[in-house]
Amino acid sequence: MNAAKKLASAIALAAVVATPALAGPDDDNLMINEELNMVTETAAPAHLQDAFDTIYSGWRFRTDETQALQIDDFENPAMIFVDQALEYFETVDGTEGKSCSSCHEDGPEQFAGLSATMPKVIGGKLTTMEDLLNAHRAKAMGAEPWKWSGPEMQAMVALIGLQSRGMPMNVAIDGEAAPFWEKGKEMYYTRYGQLELSCANCHEDSYGMMIRADHLSQGQINGFPTYRLKQAKLISKHNRFRGCIRDTRAHTFAEGSDEFRALELYVASRSNGLSVETPAVRQ
Amino acid sequence: MNRTLMTMAVLVFGAGTAAAEMIAPMDVVYDDGAVATSLTGGAPGDVDSGRKIMNKGAGNCIACHAVTDLKDLPFHGEIGPTLDGAADRWTEAELRGIVANAKMMFEGTMMPSFYKTDGFVRLGNAYTGKAHEGDVAPLLTAQEIEDVVAYLMTLKEE
Repeated sequence: MNAAKKLASAIALAAVVATPALAGPDDDNLMINEELNMVTETAAPAHLQDAFDTIYSGWRFRTDETQALQIDDFENPAMIFVDQALEYFETVDGTEGKSCSSCHEDGPEQFAGLSATMPKVIGGKLTTMEDLLNAHRAKAMGAEPWKWSGPEMQAMVALIGLQSRGMPMNVAIDGEAAPFWEKGKEMYYTRYGQLELSCANCHEDSYGMMIRADHLSQGQINGFPTYRLKQAKLISKHNRFRGCIRDTRAHTFAEGSDEFRALELYVASRSNGLSVETPAVRQ
Repeated sequence: MNRTLMTMAVLVFGAGTAAAEMIAPMDVVYDDGAVATSLTGGAPGDVDSGRKIMNKGAGNCIACHAVTDLKDLPFHGEIGPTLDGAADRWTEAELRGIVANAKMMFEGTMMPSFYKTDGFVRLGNAYTGKAHEGDVAPLLTAQEIEDVVAYLMTLKEE
């Protein structure tokens, strides 16, 4: 290939990379139940400013039909599962004869703000909401652990997350969290599998563009667990990570693995500043 | 047979078989990203087969590239450049190199390497999510690469 051709290709490539907003996020505003205004676009957090000026919620990349399902809780199919979680909250389970509400008498509302800061390091261990729930089930209730992506677990993660809806994502990445965050960041930029694709290839370098029939978002996780129309149920963050890495023709990681805890922290930190949207609705 | 004669015989025989033999992924020679020799050892690519590979299976080229000639197929991607006029912009050798392993020409490109069998991180067993075991097959066979190249060579605008 001659130098002129190489230069032309480089320019063409640069033009493509520099204009992801061409087919990018739409201009819609997300107002839920006609009262809760959501931040779906904001300045990128400091650690991300080499990559992005602005971060966008995945909601901004969805069709009007999909978006509409999230603007009214009566339309949001995830709310059925949130209602189920309210029942679990009151249901006695385990050897201690307790329900969640036996200790948490004020109901799930006491957890307002918690999900916006998760995952976080507790006792030296990077801890997700799923970890917290199973730890409390074991210790306080003497109950069996819930399966990571099972319907009970993700319904409860959604119920707790809903208490933070509208609050800005704000996970800590410094201090004790730093080594976990670095590990997650390394994973984000690793090109896995036979297709040799990293998270960044699609969600940083190509967001706003179409990959076959899919409109690529920035891969933000501020709306998880999210009701995925394709699967007709609540999808956990780790389930989505597992599926994405699998689809690079890679040996993926397990839900609840330390690798995915680290990746969750890193990806959550890329959402810092966006509103918690849990439970969101996606395609 | 003396040593000189034997060497000559090996050379002649070797050259004769090499021309008709498939080039394995590890043996492909890239010259500035281009591959001059047919990967199948000379058999020409099948344009119609190449057109099908653009849309399906491990090819799925239109996941990232738009092609006006394939506009009957839905959902062309826009991550890579359009392939309209590809044959005007590139030689056959360059197209073969790009399809086989685009990273040889464009360092760091997102484009998967379709004729490569090593150097992967956590290689899986197709789309199962499980670890790969045993010999590694490239995403496309030598014949499939040649078929795609033959199809791309039909994409002319000038």
